[in-house]
Order: sequence, then structure tokens, then C-alpha cells
Amino acid sequence: MYEGVVQDLIDELGRLPNIGPKSAQRIAFHLLQADPVDVKRLAETLLKVKETVRFCEVCGNVAAAERCRICLDPRRDASVLCVVEESKDVVAIEKTREFRGRYHVLGGALSPIEGIGPDELRVRELMARLADGVVTELILATDPNMEGEATASFLARMVKPLTADGSLRVTRLASGLPVGGDLEYADEVTLGRAFAGRRKIDG
Amino acid sequence: MRLSHLSLVDFRSYAGLELELEPGVCVLVGPNGHGKTNVVEAVGYLATHGSHRVAQDQPLVRIGAQRAVIRAAVHHEDRSVLLELEINPGRANRARVNRNAVGKTRDALGYLRTVLFAPEDLALVKGDPAVRRQFLDELLVARTPRFAAVRADYERALKQRNALLRSAAQLRRANRGAAVDMTTLDLWDGHLASAGAHLLAARLELVESLNPLVGKAYGTIAGRDTALLDYKPSFELSTGGGSPVDESAVHDALIAALNAGRKDEIERGMTLVGPHRDELALLLDHGHGPVPAKAYASHGESWSFALSAKLAAFELLRAEAIEPVLILDDVFAELDNSRRGQLAQVAASAEQVLITAAVEEDVPASLSGMRYRIGKGTAERLR
Repeated sequence: MYEGVVQDLIDELGRLPNIGPKSAQRIAFHLLQADPVDVKRLAETLLKVKETVRFCEVCGNVAAAERCRICLDPRRDASVLCVVEESKDVVAIEKTREFRGRYHVLGGALSPIEGIGPDELRVRELMARLADGVVTELILATDPNMEGEATASFLARMVKPLTADGSLRVTRLASGLPVGGDLEYADEVTLGRAFAGRRKIDG
Repeated sequence: MRLSHLSLVDFRSYAGLELELEPGVCVLVGPNGHGKTNVVEAVGYLATHGSHRVAQDQPLVRIGAQRAVIRAAVHHEDRSVLLELEINPGRANRARVNRNAVGKTRDALGYLRTVLFAPEDLALVKGDPAVRRQFLDELLVARTPRFAAVRADYERALKQRNALLRSAAQLRRANRGAAVDMTTLDLWDGHLASAGAHLLAARLELVESLNPLVGKAYGTIAGRDTALLDYKPSFELSTGGGSPVDESAVHDALIAALNAGRKDEIERGMTLVGPHRDELALLLDHGHGPVPAKAYASHGESWSFALSAKLAAFELLRAEAIEPVLILDDVFAELDNSRRGQLAQVAASAEQVLITAAVEEDVPASLSGMRYRIGKGTAERLR
């Protein structure tokens, strides 16, 4: 245990995700030895981020204004909507440059253990966005784990009435073998899914 | 499968132990409390990454030491593998295979297989149903490692579903019995039923394969009467018997049971049917029809039944895939002379069997092979 405010700093850092007591201590001492100007800038950025950053009123992604960069971009295809759990998933998909549609960030996945039900996710907002019929394809890109799958099935059920007349197509991201990997190193679940989702090849 | 060398560092009572092992029988003799069981516990831990005696890892590390290391050379047919496991209580264990670190410790599983029988296994007959379900599930994983993931999926779905039912129960009380929106419950029912049906169908097939082997082993050890296993699902299920079990029928039956019990489940806030509530009944037939061993068996019969179940597991794995190393901890003292001879025959047929005994005379002379005398933290080769 360190004295007073140093221990307070270690405790606060230790609350961050993936930061254990050892790492918290290392960061705290790094800050103690750092240039006061750098530390001040970090502290100000922390305050500023909480004050200024908000969530896009349309998609729920982090944004610097009322709407995020992607929702404001007229070149994005408004007919394709990709549903993800978190803002970081948007960043991951954006890196692929494959997707030119828009996003909807749910803010998590269904998980009764954590007290997250449909009301805690941005489901109502999603239904509102689909109401005008502009969106013709809904891509469910929640995580391929049990909670993500449950969320995807839940959403698929919710939008089912909209798909009846063929005006909305609902798809789920494929899961299977990693590119550039070796088949022999894939775990059984992944390999099993890859088999189930195999596709025709034209020769 | 067999071990040729076992080395322990700071494991239980051993600061350092080097043990050469030959194929066939290896008997460890020594007074109680001198560490015979520690040796076989280490072999079991290396195979399963868990102890048959304690749930926590701390007691496995010698007092005053930071970590324990188990190292063994494992041979199967003409291949040999050096397995190393470092036990770090409170932190992640580390494993190496042929001196190469593995990413996840569970990647080091499967190189060594064991079937271990110890006095603690009496709980298989006398203990809670959970002990018997665990016996089945561990054997399933040993046969087909994929079932570790199926089991984890089931546990996860069960936890989520129970959390949802619990919050529904609270909401109901708060709203004085008003209807609660349960649209998401169906989703968890689906996950629970698909993982549950997979697990349950596999358990049913396993019991079917085990039954003749259990009967045979019990006949060998107890000499009379018949023993059999009867899997009792926690819900109405008629599979019509036979193998393979129709998994989709199990799935539909489980869904039907969940639907039928929904009101009750919401009231009590927990999942009341499924593989986590099933029972594996151990039945003994003294000639007047089968009766539950838990209620009717004497101490000797219970003990023989538990040993028979483990021997049946050994025979099953041996017949199907890679023969495990058989470990018999303190078994001969419980048997009379003729039973000792019978068990010795089974043991002698194993590629390798590790046996512990407090009194050397308890081990039948017909079991030739290696002998070690275990002292406090030492092992001296007798022959």
C-alpha cells in the first residue's frame, strides 16, 4: 500500500478494464515521473471526452456532434443497415472498407446475468429506423457467442413482420475459418460451423 | 499409453521427486500420510488439470513454495511426449508440450489419459446426483473432447436463463402477480434445449455402452448379483431406447417440458428440468429385482459398485481409443483375498497401472512389476 493520493490513483487505474494491480502501479509511477504538461493534457482530455463526446442520435455510435460522421455522409448506402453490439465493432467493420451502408449500435447484447434485456438495448430505435421502408437489407453482426446469437435471433423475430412482403432481407454474418489460417488448427466448433455454412465453388 | 518418467517439484509433500516407471504394474507402498496418494494425484492432475481430492490448487503446492511443477514422459505406441505443467495458485497455470509453451493450458490435455479410482469415489454411490452426472460428463469429454464445449454452452445458457427467470420472479412479486413479458425466454429455451439435447443424447448413449461393462466388472469384484446403470431424465422422455439416440426427439421433449413447467419456473425463478437435474441411478439386483444402491447397498457393495463404474470407464476407453493409464489408489485393503485376485487379473492386463497400498501384503503377489517404498517426500525402489 502506498500513501494517500498515490494509492488512490492506483485504485482508480485498477478499475479500468484489463488493468490489474501490477499494471495500475506501473502506470501510476509512469505518470508520477512524466512531464507535468503531458499529465495535464491527459487529465484535460479525460474530462473533455466525458463532456463533449456523445452518442449519435440516429445510430448510437460515438460522435462529436448530434450525428456521427457515418450518418451524415450522403455517400453511404441508406438501404443497408448493419446492427452491431458496440461502437468498437463499427471501427472493426470500417477497417474492412467492404461495407458502404450504415450502422445501428445496440449498446450490448442480451444477457440476463448482467441485467440486459431488450429495453436496455437500442431496439426501439432500430424498429423506428426500419419503419419508413428505406432499409431493404438488415445485417445482424452481433458477436458469434451465445449472447450475440440470442440477440440476433431476437432481432430476427422482431423484424419478421417487415420481411413478409419481401421488402426487407435479414442476413447474419458468416462464421467459419479464419483467412490465412490452417484448417488443422481450427477448433471443432468453428470447423463445424464452417462445414454447415459451406458454399458452392464454380470450377 | 504409459509413463516412463515422473518428476515432481514442490508438489504437496515433495520438494523434488524423480520416479522411473516401466510398463505394466507399479506399486507404491508406504505408511499412511507419507505421500503415496500425492504421487498418483499428480499423475491425475497432469491428465485432467484438476485434482480428485481438492477443488483449489493451493494445497497442491508445498508449503513455503510459490508453484509446483509436474513433469512426465508419456508414451503411446511409438510416439513419446514430454508434458510439463506448472501450477500457480491464484494465477493461470502454464503448460509445455515437448518443451514448447502452449497458448492455452487446455491444449496440453489429451496427451495423457488416466482413469483413477480412489476412496473418494465412494461418493459416486453415496453422494449427490451431481457427482454421478460429473462422472458421465468427464467420461464423455475423455471420449470426445468436443463435449467440453457442449457442456460449457449448456452451463452458460442455464445461467442466463436462470438469471432471466429470477428477475421475472422479482418483477412478478413487485407487480403483485401481473403478467411478465417473457418474449426473450423462448430464445434461452432454444439455446438450453439444443446444447441440452446434445449433452443428454450423448449421456444416454454412454450409459448404454457402459452398462454391460459395469455388470461385468461388478461380477468380477463382487462375484454375485448384478449391477446396472439407469439414466433418469428430469422430464418426460421416451426415446424408445436403442442407439443412436434421436437427438431431435430429445430436443423437442425438453422444449415441451420447459413450456409445460414455465409457470412454475417463473414462480421459483429457476430452471427445473434439463440435464443439470437428471439422475444416474445405480441399481443392484440381489435376485428380487433392481433396487437403488444408494439406499440398499452395504458399504462393501457401494464400494465395489464405485470401483466397477471406474473399471467400466477404463474398459470403454481402452476398447474405443487410446488406453488410459489405470490408477488404483488404496483399493486392495478393502477386498478379501479372492476379490483381490480377481482385481489383480484386470489390473495386470492394463498397459500400465499405478497402485498404492499402505501394507505390501494387501497387494496380491501375482502382481509382479515395480515396487517403490514411499517415505516422507522420498521414493526408494524395492524391485
